[in-house]
Amino acid sequence: MGKTLFEKIWTDHQVAELEGDTCLLYIDRVFLHERTGSIALQSLEAAGRKVRNPQQVFCTMDHIVDTLPGRGDRTRVPGGEAFIQTTRSASHSAGIKLFDIGDPGQGIVHVISPEQGIVQPGCTLVCPDSHTCSQGALGALAWGIGSSEAEHALATGTLRVNRPRTLRVDFEGRLPPGVGAKDMILHLIATHSAAGGAGFAIEFAGAAVRELEIEARLTLCNMAVEFSAFTGLVAPDRKAFDYLRGRPHAPRGRAWEQALAYWRTLRSDDDARFDRIIRIDCAAIAPTVSWGTSPQQASAVSAQVPSPAAAADAAAAKSIERALAYMGLEPGRRLTDIPIDAAFIGSCTNSRLSDLRAAARVLRGRRVAAGVKAICVPGSSQVKAAAEAEGLDRVFIEAGFEWRESGCSMCFYAGGESFGRRQRVISSTNRNFESRQGPETRTHLASPVTVAASAVAGRIADVREFLR
Amino acid sequence: MKKFTTHRGVAAPLLRINIDTDAIIPSREMKRVSKHGLGEGLFAGWRYTEPGGRRPRPEFVLNQPAYKGASILLSGSNFGCGSSREHAVWALVEYGIRAVIASGFGAIFYGNCIRNGLLPVVLPDAVVRQLAAAVAADPQACPLTIDLQQKTVVAPGGGAFSFAIEPALQEILLQGLDPIDITQKMQRRIASFETTYRRRRPWLFEPG
Repeated sequence: MGKTLFEKIWTDHQVAELEGDTCLLYIDRVFLHERTGSIALQSLEAAGRKVRNPQQVFCTMDHIVDTLPGRGDRTRVPGGEAFIQTTRSASHSAGIKLFDIGDPGQGIVHVISPEQGIVQPGCTLVCPDSHTCSQGALGALAWGIGSSEAEHALATGTLRVNRPRTLRVDFEGRLPPGVGAKDMILHLIATHSAAGGAGFAIEFAGAAVRELEIEARLTLCNMAVEFSAFTGLVAPDRKAFDYLRGRPHAPRGRAWEQALAYWRTLRSDDDARFDRIIRIDCAAIAPTVSWGTSPQQASAVSAQVPSPAAAADAAAAKSIERALAYMGLEPGRRLTDIPIDAAFIGSCTNSRLSDLRAAARVLRGRRVAAGVKAICVPGSSQVKAAAEAEGLDRVFIEAGFEWRESGCSMCFYAGGESFGRRQRVISSTNRNFESRQGPETRTHLASPVTVAASAVAGRIADVREFLR
Repeated sequence: MKKFTTHRGVAAPLLRINIDTDAIIPSREMKRVSKHGLGEGLFAGWRYTEPGGRRPRPEFVLNQPAYKGASILLSGSNFGCGSSREHAVWALVEYGIRAVIASGFGAIFYGNCIRNGLLPVVLPDAVVRQLAAAVAADPQACPLTIDLQQKTVVAPGGGAFSFAIEPALQEILLQGLDPIDITQKMQRRIASFETTYRRRRPWLFEPG
């Protein structure tokens, strides 16, 4: 019987079978950031352990670093400086490549890893960050871990992993205009619940996924963790190979040819068996916006706020009731009638050049509605530079957006900047949890184009009306 | 690491689905480069009246006298979803929680529990609700007993519910083992795998 892509990569890295369903897997790449990597490196050092393969470990400053112009080690996050400086000194003493503040390669870990060619098809990559699954977009097995597991990977070059089951999600057909990868993944989670992918490694497949460019696939895989999956991945194809060619850490010359020959074998065999298959007709996906406090609480932008009575079970009904109280919404209200206070474009989900281009197309010649605070934070210093080179910064600024330095920024509140209590934010990020973007801040997740359209309208807007 | 063999303690119900790690420990409560000093920030957004404040909100379950000293949490499905922050587990442990019983857990959170001697128990929702009901009348007088060797949760009335856990993980908790030490005993095997692997996939190891 044939093998799935996941099984091929898993087997290729299997150092030993341990008890039950647990295997010892070889880890090709570890990525760290100053929020959780600092603790892992510090704790490793305190235990007298060494980083086994420093040349396979990379680190960036993204979580705590300010995104305001002229930034340095001082941040608005209380105590933030210590995270930055501990990370810097620990990286240096361990001999790890660090994309420090001011480095042109600096940026959000899941943006810069593909951008630098650090993640490659068929490799294993871990990071103490839940959105590491993003990087499965290049056909890698990439997943998020805790700090202690990061120490394990750093010290031993391996991880003990409980083998997940396999799920293929087929996005069939073509995406309607105004609908993109963010809408696909929100739709999947809204349809199958935030726990729908628990225990699975997901292969995203189907015609619509093949059509997606790499940056959009990164968005799709990014929120596999919001579906509670172990990870998500896409079979690497010519788009992936073209994307990687010439990147700083991608193979060159003869090594490139060797790698390419292997990468071409990285797809699920036609007779491979998946434990589960979900099929989604892309024609049924609309621009999607969340209205609650879990990513599963999302609907087509043309819908109304649902009633708890419509929930699948009592627990879900209670959760909707709680969410609506938190969000200050009542059942029956049209999503497009909800006014917003702020708009945010950024995060590892949607801050790449193609996201900024798409948002800029909506914003060009338009203005952010009066009273709406709008912020754009490019995902990496390179994305920022590339956007500026084609004048996108002017489009954002002229429309009334703030234009920032790269980092995770206001995707989450760490005691620094927030949007304010009960402020309603439409956000291109990945989590609408209670108080995620600030104490009592109300987050609506959406695609960058929906965020841009809503910023202009001053309320949640259907981007399709802006494309006509 | 602290061993987990058997534990008897007050169980507090927090029966909501999808309790994320941002709720367990808000990012603003992760103030130092440290695994310690996090217990106070546990469930801060729900537990205190003001963000950053420390005045208890009386209606929150862990602030109720009936659940004083709770060391077991009963919760809804997908507990610990979201951010990978191990701080969520460090905060629970520092507060004094020894086990969380729910119908499902976020995968990273589950792994983090094992690394810190916190037992994640997976039982069906109906059983979790039954356990909550069994302790509700007098939580202090009706503790739950968890036996990891036997893999059972025993309700105050005597009913026992079996749960499953990977044998390797059960062993780590029972013995209080450090997985890094276990893996380092396989050093030779790792080194020999690595040598062959690097020959097989050389492009991953050439300086970029």
